[in-house]
Amino acid sequence: MRHLLSAADLDRTQITDIFDLAEEMALVQGRPVKKLPALRGRTVVNLFFEDSTRTRSSFEIAGKWLSADVINISAKGSSVSKGESLRDTVLTVAAMGVDALVIRHHASGAPWQASRWIDAHVLNAGDGTHEHPTQALLDAFTIRRHLRLSAPDLMSFEGKTVAIVGDITHSRVARSNVLLLTTLGAQVILIAPPTLLPAGVDSWPVLACTDLDEVLPHADIVMMLRVQRERMSGGYFPTPREYTIGYGLTRPRLEAMKSGAAICHPGPMNRGLEISADAADAANSLILDQVAAGVSVRMSVLYELLGGAE
Amino acid sequence: MTDLLIRGADILGNGRSDLAVRNGRFIEPADVAADVERLDADGLLALPGLVDLHTHLREPGREDAETVQSGTLAAARGGFTAVLAMANTTPVTDTAEAAQHVAALGTRDGNAQVIPVGAVSKGLDGVELAELGLMARSGARVRVFSDDGHCISDARLMRRALEYVRAFDGVIAQHAQDPQLATVSACCHEGEISGKLGLPGWPAAAEASVVARDVQIAELTRSRLHVCHVSCAETVDVIRWAKQRNINVTAEVAPHHLMLTTIEVLGYDPTYKVNPPLRPSEHVEAVREALADGTIDAVATDHAPHARHDKEHAFAEAAFGMLGLETALAVVVEAMINSGLLDWRQLAKRMSIMPAHIARLADQGRPMAVGETANLVLVDPDARRVVDRNDTASLSRNNPWHGRELPDPVVATIWAGRVTYRKGQ
Amino acid sequence: MSSTGAPQAMPDEPTPGVGTGSVDSRVVLDADQIARVCARMAHQILEANRGAQDLVLMGIPTRGVALAHRLATVMDEVEGVDLPVGALDVTMYRDDLRRQPTRPVGHTHLPVEVDGSTVVLVDDVLYTGRTVRAALDALGDLGRPRAVQLAVLVDRGHRELPIHADHVGKYIPTRTGEHVGVKLVEIDGIDQVSIEPSGDPFRGEI
Repeated sequence: MRHLLSAADLDRTQITDIFDLAEEMALVQGRPVKKLPALRGRTVVNLFFEDSTRTRSSFEIAGKWLSADVINISAKGSSVSKGESLRDTVLTVAAMGVDALVIRHHASGAPWQASRWIDAHVLNAGDGTHEHPTQALLDAFTIRRHLRLSAPDLMSFEGKTVAIVGDITHSRVARSNVLLLTTLGAQVILIAPPTLLPAGVDSWPVLACTDLDEVLPHADIVMMLRVQRERMSGGYFPTPREYTIGYGLTRPRLEAMKSGAAICHPGPMNRGLEISADAADAANSLILDQVAAGVSVRMSVLYELLGGAE
Repeated sequence: MTDLLIRGADILGNGRSDLAVRNGRFIEPADVAADVERLDADGLLALPGLVDLHTHLREPGREDAETVQSGTLAAARGGFTAVLAMANTTPVTDTAEAAQHVAALGTRDGNAQVIPVGAVSKGLDGVELAELGLMARSGARVRVFSDDGHCISDARLMRRALEYVRAFDGVIAQHAQDPQLATVSACCHEGEISGKLGLPGWPAAAEASVVARDVQIAELTRSRLHVCHVSCAETVDVIRWAKQRNINVTAEVAPHHLMLTTIEVLGYDPTYKVNPPLRPSEHVEAVREALADGTIDAVATDHAPHARHDKEHAFAEAAFGMLGLETALAVVVEAMINSGLLDWRQLAKRMSIMPAHIARLADQGRPMAVGETANLVLVDPDARRVVDRNDTASLSRNNPWHGRELPDPVVATIWAGRVTYRKGQ
Repeated sequence: MSSTGAPQAMPDEPTPGVGTGSVDSRVVLDADQIARVCARMAHQILEANRGAQDLVLMGIPTRGVALAHRLATVMDEVEGVDLPVGALDVTMYRDDLRRQPTRPVGHTHLPVEVDGSTVVLVDDVLYTGRTVRAALDALGDLGRPRAVQLAVLVDRGHRELPIHADHVGKYIPTRTGEHVGVKLVEIDGIDQVSIEPSGDPFRGEI
């Protein structure tokens, strides 16, 4: 595997391998020496054009626990306004002799463009509103652990329904999850107000729907997406109140969920908007597990990309 | 300058004969002087010199991307003897002085006739009318006015502009893009691909709705409207409707919209980022049909050179635009002649005669007859080549045709009797 | 191979059978022999450590783990002790990671604290010694054992590092071109150790 740019880059076998390895990596967390030498001597640069303390530190810890040298470069602000082209920024960093570039960018497609300009491995840590493959991996990994509580040998998500609720149009987490979950065999249903369903969603391998209450009792996993209040100024929905009443995971909806179903959220949460405090802290909430899974899954991905011959 | 004798060209598909030029005009072939320069045109077609209604020469302001000299050299290589230079330079061409400056650059450096397009609004701000009348009266004799790059979205401004230019037979050329439906960040046809790729969408309705409004205003003001770079089927339908009502509207289409579709954008290569964006194939088919039946009157290149670093940004941040002058005829031949949608006479109308008419150019798009200004292009209808973006007269390299096999029609271009391009030299 | 069937006290005689350039694979230990060897090793480990106190068996995946469980079973029968058995995957500590495509990683399981224990590493074949070197490094990141010993079913010679096994089931001299194939019922459905001529230098054992 040369790059990880899209969740669609992985087939079911590769995903399973990443998950199984992530289980092993998770054990490192509990050891006195949180170090594996596998990536010793490799240099990984987190090139973040967009702020993200959470994702960046997750990648940083993952790389360091594998003994890689990890550098963080913050390249916030439009390259156009700074006068340096994206290509120049990427080439300058790569010229320092890095093995892998973990790129987060506010514009869709930037990691693809970068991968055409350099030899190093490129890992997409979130590009615009397009994809966020490691987030989808840790989401699905967390879901697998949850499903394996009642079915220990579970290998795929066949027969399972995952509902993704929220601002689908602007969500890279949604796009990556749709790709990954369908590869794993799940039935994915997208729920949003019509203004937040993306153009061309009918061509996606999902069901798209605008009525959350109709779908909720059938979902094994309910994944709530963050809704930015700024979307209101774009006129996507009239008020936060209306959004919450129509699409929020309120207390009554929590109770309407299928027995055994669980709640996910990629974070950060807007408590009270798309997710009530009750739901966020519910017993069947996997939200903290998702966060905990981040480092293990990213260690697994870094090992897959960098742990073997070039 | 010695006389020029062109032997055996097929004149606009009318049959082979000789053409002779002296001091910039056609003369009787029998009257040429003894030391005449001969140009063998056996097997070649002679068309009136092509006229481009829509070019960006970038001078003054961005001479790193293109100059009047390099741009018109590219034009000559493409068979053009006249180009209309859009006003979005730095400074903007919104005064008589600015227009005259561009015209003077054309006189001094041009390899084709350069006619400046005047801005409709001051500084292209879309608020106040620019000095349209003074630009028209100036030595540059501006007749085409456009805020291209920006949409004239204020209906009252559009009305005033259309009314105002009636006084001197001017035309307002609109870049149709409703700023609320397709914002400045919109960069991909709104549809399946924009949704999948996470790129801000540019819906067809944003173009068609503006044209629908503008043809109403054109009817109201009894003035001339021209629609730049038509890209969608919906817009074609509006124009067809307007023409049926005898509304004075003309339209142009860019070569890239005759052949390239949204699929090109799948790799996030900013070479294919253009405004209006590439559309799905059903729109390409619609504009081809419209060009064939005359609903779209002309081909205009929208030649938009960009320095490399302006394209080497993330797709959503990169500059909009593609080169077009050198490849325009090749693309039109492939898309329209080789597909049987047009014959050469019709092509000449759409790439020379109609553009000259819309721009009110006295010496362009004229018959190749004794006494007329000698503006012509000699064309090999069968030659082909693989496009190499580095083989160019332009200072820029944002060429969407690089690596593709296309016709290679232009053999020689003659502007006012002077050979401005000859293949192989 | 003793003709009396009694377990040998010390495997000080290398097993003959290399022959004069045989190209066929040949079986050097069958199921019964493996069982006897394991039993002897289990006794040996207990004798060397004066019992089972603070002892931990850590098998190196894959077959080392199965062997470790077998040894623990015998020890349980003999001493009535339930010896902790774990697994120590060494993939990430290999010195040849960069020479091949990314290797899959096995499972590591630590049944008890390593600190202060006597860890007996268990593997099927000892060859160059590089696997054991990696295992020592892996073990070091898990804790600080009081002592580490090495038990292997087969020692085939050709050490490239100064590594030595404390408890050996069988010494089998081999040529470097040959491959020692260990099959165990738990994994392969049959108990057998054979020598095969091999063209593949990257079979997995190091």
